[in-house]
Amino acid sequence: MLSSPPKLYVDNVCMTFKTATGVFEALVPVTLSIPSGRFVSLIGPSGCGKSTIFNIIAGLLEPTAGKVLIDGVDATGTIGRVGYMLQKDLLLPWRSVLDNVILGMEIQGVPLREARERALSLLQRYGLSGFEYLYPSTLSGGMRQRAALLRTLLFDTDIILLDEPFGALDAQTKLQMQEWLMQLWSDFGKTVLFVTHDVEEAIYLSDEVHVMGTRPGCILESILIMLPRPRVRTSSLTPEFIAIKEHCLNLLTASAPALPEAA
Amino acid sequence: MSKANSATLASASPQYRNWLQRNRRDQIFVRVTQLAVLLVLLILWEVLPKAQIINPLFTSYPSMLWPTFLELLTATPQQASILSHTLSTVVATVIGFAAAMVLGTTIAATLWWWNSLYKVLDPYLVVANAMPKTAFVPIFYIWLGATLSIYGMSLAISLFVTILMIYSGFQSIDPNKIKLAQSFGASKGQILRKVVLPGSVPTLIATLKVNAGLSLVGVVVGEFQSANLGLGYLIQYGSQIFKMNIVMTAVTILAIVSSVMYLAISWLEAVVMRRR
Ligand SMILES: Nc1ncnc2c1ncn2[C@@H]1O[C@H](COP(=O)(O)OP(=O)(O)O)[C@@H](O)[C@H]1O
Ligand SMILES: [Mg+2]
Repeated sequence: MLSSPPKLYVDNVCMTFKTATGVFEALVPVTLSIPSGRFVSLIGPSGCGKSTIFNIIAGLLEPTAGKVLIDGVDATGTIGRVGYMLQKDLLLPWRSVLDNVILGMEIQGVPLREARERALSLLQRYGLSGFEYLYPSTLSGGMRQRAALLRTLLFDTDIILLDEPFGALDAQTKLQMQEWLMQLWSDFGKTVLFVTHDVEEAIYLSDEVHVMGTRPGCILESILIMLPRPRVRTSSLTPEFIAIKEHCLNLLTASAPALPEAA
Repeated sequence: MSKANSATLASASPQYRNWLQRNRRDQIFVRVTQLAVLLVLLILWEVLPKAQIINPLFTSYPSMLWPTFLELLTATPQQASILSHTLSTVVATVIGFAAAMVLGTTIAATLWWWNSLYKVLDPYLVVANAMPKTAFVPIFYIWLGATLSIYGMSLAISLFVTILMIYSGFQSIDPNKIKLAQSFGASKGQILRKVVLPGSVPTLIATLKVNAGLSLVGVVVGEFQSANLGLGYLIQYGSQIFKMNIVMTAVTILAIVSSVMYLAISWLEAVVMRRR
């Protein structure tokens, strides 16, 4: 086991942005080592550089220093090695759900017929049957997120990055979507990186949670979540779960800049 | 869509049905008022000159439009039929208008592709757009001759505004959508074809609306100068021999032509936007 490289290795990645007022340090060395098939979450206050890390892993942004290795091979600045679901669902309003979902395959040059066939069976299996030929504007928030996530999945990479996919959903829908995502993850065995603001969500879903701090963005602590799978809702009531949650919240509050009035 | 609508109607609460009915009544009221305004204007136009409150020599009467039209319908050795005049104007407008759309979109796409080209050309485009293009009518006449100068005018008057509108439409595409396509490994051409162009369809339609009117202006102004055919020429001719009947009939046909173009574009808009 030790001999094979991790699926994804983020090696001392730093990022500074040049801004009007000077330079802004968004990330000081961040290192992540993620074995194949893991579900890993990043949590942290907004502005701590979570999306920036994702942009770097996806190859859309060149880090100021450091490397991204996939299967031990340098993939820094290489586009197309990971499926990336951006923070907004970004469904194209002029395409039907089906044609939205095949966008990645289409860009990769998969023939339309084949792409649609593959997508149809997936849409039907994962809760979007009957929605295939509708336009995104007619879909609820949860359905839109499903479509966006399936689009990412159909791009067919081993690693997928999900940037706050459930951030804008109501609590009830969010719980459903978590179960749905767990189903997908166990069916496809992808390596998942998941960004969320919600500590409970991170712990419930993940094998590992990395708690990030801000100014500059860094990883404060990496926590292995040893809770047994499959997890159930009541898992969150166990003492282990509560202890982990408390620990994470402490890290987040300790790192948060003191505000005069807000809690 | 319509099936879904009627289903909602059938199962609607009485309040909702009332609301729909009231809405419908409001719409009808607006339409009726619009027609009434038109009617009042026509009546004033008829009555005021008849009562000698204004000089009929200057205005003609609406009741003269139809007889004048019938009179102009037959071609004479000196004068083509009014239908030929109308057709000539419409054809020139459509050509100028289509050329402006195609050329304008192509140029906007080129500017989008090479941003530095845009930076260089930006002030020229803005100035060219602000120029009174009609000042070029005599120049175009010398350069291009009688027929081509009309097409040229129709193109020139709408080209720059087309470029600027479509380019700014391209610029306003959500950068995250472009980022999404990039994350799938899209080339610049793919981004243009799959995200930027289809995302700019509302802009293209807005530009069509602006251009339909502008191209017509370009054609008519061009015809004032150079043609022996076209509604612009007919207006010019009618005013020179002081026959306001002819002028007003030609102007009325122009109004009808622009209404038809407007309706055609609205219809196109409805068809395209239904799928969003
Ligand atoms: N292109 C950029 N130029 C300048 N600053 C940026 C840029 N992108 C992100 N930042 C800054 O970097 C920080 C991290 O951003 P981001 O990764 O989006 O945070 P998060 O996703 O954790 O909320 C923020 O303070 C943001 O303002
Ligand atoms: Mg973010």
